[in-house]
Amino acid sequence: MPDALTKFIFGRLTLDSLPLHEPIVVATFAVVALGGIALLGVITYFKLWTYLWREWFTSVDHKKIGIMYMVLGLVMLLRGFSDAIMMRLQQAIAFNGSEGYLNSHHYDQIFTAHGVIMIFFVAMPFVTGLMNFVVPLQIGARDVSFPFLNNFSFWMTVGGAILVMASLFVGEFARTGWLAYPPLSGIGYSPDVGVDYYIWALQVAGVGTTLSGINLICTIIKMRAPGMTMMRMPVFTWTSLCTNVLIVASFPVLTAVLSLLALDRYVGTNFFTNDFGGNPMMYVNLIWIWGHPEVYILILPLFGVFSEVTSTFSGKRLFGYTSMVYATVVITILSYLVWLHHFFTMGSGASVNSFFGITTMIISIPTGAKIFNWLFTMYRGRIRFELPMMWTMAFMLTFVVGGMTGVLLAVPPADFVLHNSLFLIAHFHNVIIGGVLFGLFAGIAYWWPKAFGFKLDPFWGKVSFWCWVVGFWFAFMPLYILGLMGVTRRMRVFDDPSLQIWFVIAAFGAVLIACGIAAFLVQIYVSIRRREALTDPTGDPWDGRTLEWSTSSPPPAYNFAFTPVVRDNDAWWDMKKAGYVRPLSGFKPIHMPSNTGTGVILAAFSVALGFGLIWYIWWLAALSFVCLIATAIGHTFNYHRDFHIPAAEVTQTEEARTTLLSAQG
Amino acid sequence: MASIATTAGTEPVFHLEEEHAHAEGSSTMLGFWLYLMSDCLIFAMLFAAYGVLGGNYAAGPAPKDLFDLDLVAVNTTMLLLSSITYGFAMLTMDKGRVAATQAWLAVTGLFGLAFLSIELYEFAHMIHEGATPQRSAFLSSFFTLVGTHGLHVTFGTVWLVTLMTQVARFGLTEANRRRLMCLSMFWHFLDVVWIGVFTFVYLMGMLR
Amino acid sequence: MSAHDHAADHGHAHGGAAHGSLKGYLIGFVLSVILTAIPFWLVMSGAIDNKQATAIVIMAFAVVQIVVHMVFFLHMNTASEGGWSMLALIFTLILVVIVLTGSLWVMYHLNANMMPGLHDMREMP
Repeated sequence: MPDALTKFIFGRLTLDSLPLHEPIVVATFAVVALGGIALLGVITYFKLWTYLWREWFTSVDHKKIGIMYMVLGLVMLLRGFSDAIMMRLQQAIAFNGSEGYLNSHHYDQIFTAHGVIMIFFVAMPFVTGLMNFVVPLQIGARDVSFPFLNNFSFWMTVGGAILVMASLFVGEFARTGWLAYPPLSGIGYSPDVGVDYYIWALQVAGVGTTLSGINLICTIIKMRAPGMTMMRMPVFTWTSLCTNVLIVASFPVLTAVLSLLALDRYVGTNFFTNDFGGNPMMYVNLIWIWGHPEVYILILPLFGVFSEVTSTFSGKRLFGYTSMVYATVVITILSYLVWLHHFFTMGSGASVNSFFGITTMIISIPTGAKIFNWLFTMYRGRIRFELPMMWTMAFMLTFVVGGMTGVLLAVPPADFVLHNSLFLIAHFHNVIIGGVLFGLFAGIAYWWPKAFGFKLDPFWGKVSFWCWVVGFWFAFMPLYILGLMGVTRRMRVFDDPSLQIWFVIAAFGAVLIACGIAAFLVQIYVSIRRREALTDPTGDPWDGRTLEWSTSSPPPAYNFAFTPVVRDNDAWWDMKKAGYVRPLSGFKPIHMPSNTGTGVILAAFSVALGFGLIWYIWWLAALSFVCLIATAIGHTFNYHRDFHIPAAEVTQTEEARTTLLSAQG
Repeated sequence: MASIATTAGTEPVFHLEEEHAHAEGSSTMLGFWLYLMSDCLIFAMLFAAYGVLGGNYAAGPAPKDLFDLDLVAVNTTMLLLSSITYGFAMLTMDKGRVAATQAWLAVTGLFGLAFLSIELYEFAHMIHEGATPQRSAFLSSFFTLVGTHGLHVTFGTVWLVTLMTQVARFGLTEANRRRLMCLSMFWHFLDVVWIGVFTFVYLMGMLR
Repeated sequence: MSAHDHAADHGHAHGGAAHGSLKGYLIGFVLSVILTAIPFWLVMSGAIDNKQATAIVIMAFAVVQIVVHMVFFLHMNTASEGGWSMLALIFTLILVVIVLTGSLWVMYHLNANMMPGLHDMREMP
């Protein structure tokens, strides 16, 4: 085939782009391919494609979309954690002249991918999934404001994940660290596809995230049940509101900055170049204006989870509801005033550094207030040490340490010593694992029965818990010590043999965490096998306080046969105390949005567009772009995207529940 | 509406008997407004980039060498006129007059296209003079900021044509009115951004 | 109940969005023309000697014209969407101010300290 034609069709994609010379990648591909084929085979054998497409992929039901987000997060957790364990292993053995088993070309991609995946494709989907599933139920609504957009947002996130995963087998990923600072990420120093994979994966996923943010804000503002004033909303809903405000107010910044980087790489502009007037420091400035609110996006929903779990499992109303709300709002606003603490050492000088150091210390105060409120909620409560509560207590002990090291880093002179050391790595893993991840496990254990109709197996949950908590402390406390001794992050090989013991301990911790993840997977498997024994027939397995516990487990598609009316905080608790009786008749037809495949199709075109841009396959990029616009416009010509659930069907569903409830006695 | 109704004065009722369902599209205006706020932040970023890098001429052409304020004045007029004609379209839409609405929308589209043509001419001229986006950080940020605004106007025009087609096919239904109101917000928002552009880029550029 | 529903629906469907009037649009248009023409004239004619003063004046005109657009074209008011539109706008504006002034301040210091050239550190900001 003539060269020019090949170049036109395939862009810069060649057979050399396949990493056949990297045995680890080839082995990974073999495992993934076999596993993937097996999975596809099983689905085909059991004739589940139609079911999956109709009931799940095209669903606009917030509950199903929420569950799909959680599945995505879990799958990507396995990938992101594999990267982590590879790094731990490398760092544990690369002493005394040994180069370890990873060359720098590979190692640099691993730490970049680890960060990108964990933040964008594990933490964000998990958090979004929780909010999606829970918020409409908590506010007494039937769905989010824009059900189709919700589905589209999910598939765009998947699209971004697909692009990142594709980089493993076709081409390579960025080697710049998870924020891809220029000039290293510019076209001069990273001419290969890695940074382009990074840019387009995040741009595609970013569209989904931003739209999801708009969706949930509108839902919380417009779709609350009558009587649920803002100050009667559950705290998880409040934290979700603030999180989504942060999303809508920060992701556009990321979009803009990545676009400028893309322009530098594709068009040759000079935003972040070293010459022609460019300024790489501007990238660092702008990306952290996004980056700091991002970490609050990750943690705020989990603060909400802890509020719900603490009050439920202490059998007490949450202490200091009003101050919790104010603390959350204050954190939201202050998160825009601290971003420079991520680059104290870049050279802005004493006056600037002092300002941001002070604001960073101030922002720790509302979080401290929250911790005290949770403790006061527990005080004199009747505490039940179910799994969600165990995770919450592990969070309190772990996160507080991480928060304190954060305040330590907020002191610019201290940061000058510790910036980009392993102390920093230990700090943020401390708060993300101790805060976000432990909170996610608490939330998953808490709401799993609501989503699936049976509890998670407590024994394997406890195994997972102890492996995670002990493993975390073994994995990251040595990193604080190493950081204080001056060890830099992202190092592949070490000269000083006295450091090795700490890395070995950290690797041991990582192995324990691996066991924790394995135990979690076992827990899911065992729970499904034992679901009869673990069943939740009433819909209220924890004697809950908020409206989601008034529905069946799982809730019907329409959530509530009648829209609830709210009188007080902890609406469901209030209803139970007032002798609430479930209505047994008089059901009406319910207006519901229809499923649609457009979200999947739009995301598929977006992935094709991204792939074409990455590999310079311009015809593919142009064609996918046109198809994308055409599909989007075509979709707007469909005005009839809804249907009614007949009253008879509602009656049938509700009567089935009545039967189940009366069988409990 | 929603009261804590008591049945015959006994226990309180915790649900709505009559479903005052959330009207379809009740969230649309707020949702679109929130999207516009996010778009505002994107433009703010581009203004920030221009603010920081706009003085870096890299020994290349500066605003004084390139900007033609007469042309920019004409351009601004086109956009402003398009805003008022869209306003007239909204007024006729409120009265349910389909033909008049379509006419005003068409005029708006034409003014929008005029704006875009003049802008493209300006860009072509600058590039011809060697003032390309690659020449300096000033030019990179200029083309990106002004170009992004122009791209938004382009998308708005495509949306306008789509809506005109939908109004022609289905009339001024509730859904189409909502969509026209969203486009109205979008169009006026673009004019607001343009005020920022002609002030901070063109006028201030000539003052540097 | 149904008549009430219908009225509520009508208000609901428009999201309570205010509507324009011919008078409003024309006033907004005329004001905008004036608020555009004067800055252009000031810069093109160089009527004010001081460049900084001119800059401040045209910025002020821009701010006023933006408000005119918000009020007369976008029908911005504190009632729309139960006040949430205004709150969203104010929040966005606060963030825009923080981001713009913050970036300019930070980048000014970074450039002064870090860009190549001879620096006497004692004279640095």
